[in-house]
Amino acid sequence: MSAVPENNRNLELIGIAAVAVLILVVLPLALDSFRLNLVGKYLTYAFVAIGLVLCWGYTGILSLGQGVFFGLGGYCMAMFLKLEASSVANTKIQSTPGIPDFMDWNQITELPFFWVPFKSLPFTLVAIMAVPAVLAFILSFAMFKRRVGGVYFAIITQALAAVLTILIVGQQGYTGGINGITDLRTLLGWDIRTDHAKFVLYFVCCGLLLATMLVARGVIKSKLGRILVATRDKEDRVRFSGYDVANFKIFVFCLAAAMAAIGGAMFTLQVGFMSPSFVGIVPSIDMVIFCAVGGRHSVVGAVIGTLLVNYGKTAFSESFPELWLFAMGGLFIAIVLAFPRGLAGLMTDQILPWIEKLRKTPPAHPDPATRPAPAE
Amino acid sequence: MSSSTDFLLALEEVTVSFDGFKAVNALNLYIDRNELRVIIGPNGAGKTTVLDLICGRTKVTGGSIKFKDQEITGLTEQEIVRRGIGRKFQTPSIYEDLTVFENLEISVPRGRGVVGALFWKRTPDVVERVRDIARTIFLEEQLDRLAETLSHGQKQWLEIGMLLIQEPELMMLDEPVAGMSISERARTAELLELVSKGRSVIVIEHDMKFVESIADRVTVLHQGKVLAEGSMDAIQSNPQVKEVYLGH
Repeated sequence: MSAVPENNRNLELIGIAAVAVLILVVLPLALDSFRLNLVGKYLTYAFVAIGLVLCWGYTGILSLGQGVFFGLGGYCMAMFLKLEASSVANTKIQSTPGIPDFMDWNQITELPFFWVPFKSLPFTLVAIMAVPAVLAFILSFAMFKRRVGGVYFAIITQALAAVLTILIVGQQGYTGGINGITDLRTLLGWDIRTDHAKFVLYFVCCGLLLATMLVARGVIKSKLGRILVATRDKEDRVRFSGYDVANFKIFVFCLAAAMAAIGGAMFTLQVGFMSPSFVGIVPSIDMVIFCAVGGRHSVVGAVIGTLLVNYGKTAFSESFPELWLFAMGGLFIAIVLAFPRGLAGLMTDQILPWIEKLRKTPPAHPDPATRPAPAE
Repeated sequence: MSSSTDFLLALEEVTVSFDGFKAVNALNLYIDRNELRVIIGPNGAGKTTVLDLICGRTKVTGGSIKFKDQEITGLTEQEIVRRGIGRKFQTPSIYEDLTVFENLEISVPRGRGVVGALFWKRTPDVVERVRDIARTIFLEEQLDRLAETLSHGQKQWLEIGMLLIQEPELMMLDEPVAGMSISERARTAELLELVSKGRSVIVIEHDMKFVESIADRVTVLHQGKVLAEGSMDAIQSNPQVKEVYLGH
């Protein structure tokens, strides 16, 4: 047992390298551009799953509202793209040219004040991470300083997801309503709808994902990461070691929110729209399932889990659309009952020791060939 | 009511009530510098509650608690820890998923902010400090083991070590030998001797033999009040104490 933590750390790096090879080389070579774009979409959820590894797996904060942060990141990106697509030239048939089409349909005649700064790309890029992080900060500050946690926190996050969805749907003129923000075309004049653009964006997404994985690993490996584990197991003791536990929880929750938001922004860029259906309770819980299947204590596991579940979702729902939800529910129950540590736990607890036993050679660093199966 | 004192810790007229039940009732308790004080008393006397009040885990309903002549009621747990009070819980409270080394490292009183923790470096002086403490608590050979694999007695020692590395001026130990074997008890008494040098220690204990072996002064609590206070001999011959506690 004693060798597990050290071993895990090496494994995690090998795993990240394996994911890099998979998403940068194997998948682009093996898939056509439609399927690759689909994988790119799945990968945007992996940002959320990595955030959940930090805040749920390591710190024990279950959030059922990560869709909120994913959505806010996505909406920030979409607002910029929509404004670019709504130039006066493009919208001259509207009664008020130069504003997004859905505003015109809702008798709004002037760009609302909170849309104006999104004309600037630098502002948008900052806002993508800052808006969700600030919201996460307000929520987590209010909760964790009062020592609200566990199930109560999970319920609050779920309520937040419901509130934001209702707000977006209800304020159609300002947000695009239930349809979301659609018909996005260019990024600084670069058409994002072409196959080539999607190909480029896929690699941008991969790069950001790998960077996010490394950041998450850095946090986990730092003393802060050990404090998070300590907080999960013995919150009281951490206070009596002189730490302000709430600050650490707030930090990790905001970090997870910012990660989710990057995923949301990449989603908007690759899929070409953003709508409230990615903000609400159902997508938020889906993301928790991705993380649980892959293993909530493993950054690599979370990414692989996200890819596998989404691949399964696509493959399954193409052939048996009405059964998919049952399969998803069944999968979650099965994972929780049989492999509470997910695929990554299965790998480190069962398969690797078994291989080690088979080889019976002096235990060197685990072989790269024993990494989790590629998600295709 | 709140007078200036030379005591390290002074509790005056401290009261706490839970739904009207006074677990601690107008308690006065003074701890000197460099004193090892043992608190005994029957179950429900309020011993653990007193420690909870001092370390801020439970808020007082009334009265004053002064540490180094400064009021500490109303401070958060971590603020009280940073003032120099360490607390060990009744059941070993350690980080099971971390190694012995990491348990001690986290307890080093530096880098306690988010940024400090994120950019924490395991410097040679930290490593040396951890090794020193590990030697003191008989766990030098176990540094790389996960804490959950330690024996019960070793876990108790580890928690004491985690306090020790914070260098508190006042250390509070709630039943440090509970569940220990006889030889472990002897080593723990040895350890307490060592850690009480240069600081004050409050120990809650039921095991009278162990109390005899360590105590300077003993305080007997009963129904949230101090029933008697004095040397071990005086306490053992006190008829009131015999009646409520030692007699049975």
